[in-house]
Amino acid sequence: MQLTVNGKPAVIEGRESLNITSMLDELQVKDSLYVTVELNGDILDRPTFDSTIVKDGDTVEFLYFMGGGR
Amino acid sequence: MLSEEQIQRYSRHIILKEVGGKGQRKLLDGRVLIIGAGGLGAPIALYLAAAGVGTIGIADADDVDLSNLQRQVIHFTPDIGKPKVESAREKMVAINPDVKVITFQEWISAANITGIIADYDFIIDGTDNFAAKFLINDACVLAGKPYSHGGILQFDGQTITIKPKESACYRCIFPQPPPKDAIPTCSQAGVIGVLPGVLGTIQATEAIKFLLGKGDLLTDRLLTYNALRMRFREVPLKRKSTCPVCGDNPTITEVKDELDAMTVCDLKG
Repeated sequence: MQLTVNGKPAVIEGRESLNITSMLDELQVKDSLYVTVELNGDILDRPTFDSTIVKDGDTVEFLYFMGGGR
Repeated sequence: MLSEEQIQRYSRHIILKEVGGKGQRKLLDGRVLIIGAGGLGAPIALYLAAAGVGTIGIADADDVDLSNLQRQVIHFTPDIGKPKVESAREKMVAINPDVKVITFQEWISAANITGIIADYDFIIDGTDNFAAKFLINDACVLAGKPYSHGGILQFDGQTITIKPKESACYRCIFPQPPPKDAIPTCSQAGVIGVLPGVLGTIQATEAIKFLLGKGDLLTDRLLTYNALRMRFREVPLKRKSTCPVCGDNPTITEVKDELDAMTVCDLKG
């Protein structure tokens, strides 16, 4: 399946769909415990990561904490 | 009315049709609070003072340190040891004596933030820790104050403007702070010195546009910047009905300190 991840194409081989938790694993997303996931424009609640399914053609954004400023 | 000197000083603003004499008057009547007189706060304070924003509040409890000077361009080598807000104030009024600078030499907390932001039209987050970033978000949302969020780390930055109850807030994106020490800080992980210059200048632009009432604010869009790849991206966002502070059934109805997000160095400053 092919996704658009943070604006770039990303392929997950051998899967037609998977849940957010597995997608974070497959894509080896850094800080996966704290990342915010937006799927097709909607920010997901973390408790729904197991029940939310990603499909071919979906658009995913990972939003990371950035705490610096001084 | 603008004086002859002001007409000359702000002539490059005044010839812009989006500003004009009327817009410059709005800037002179404007009140902006900058929280943090460091990497982000430095260019924000310099540009807002130069632009003639009439009243600028600046809050920071820290003193200037040698390790600040690689990026905090408002502080100079002879300022080491001086309170940052004092060092900043001196440069701001040296650029533009029109500007009234109000300094708050203290850390913001649940105890003081609501009183401090009350007198300002627009707030800018230039802080370096999650406790402060969440506190600023909550206080601004609860008080209905528009503000600019900014965050930087290493070669990356992000910024968004929040119009409370109208556009997505910081907690719509991140409902709660990360556990303390889960995400590194600039002092632990480093930051390229020009990065806060880029992000802070964008935040200052938002304050100026807000005061002028011109253009489109950076609302419902998180602007991310990577200096290494020299790439800007915009992530479209929407307000979240489950947001703990601006959602339909908020669980946060008064400001509180996010003690879990404070690190030891935040607490000592």
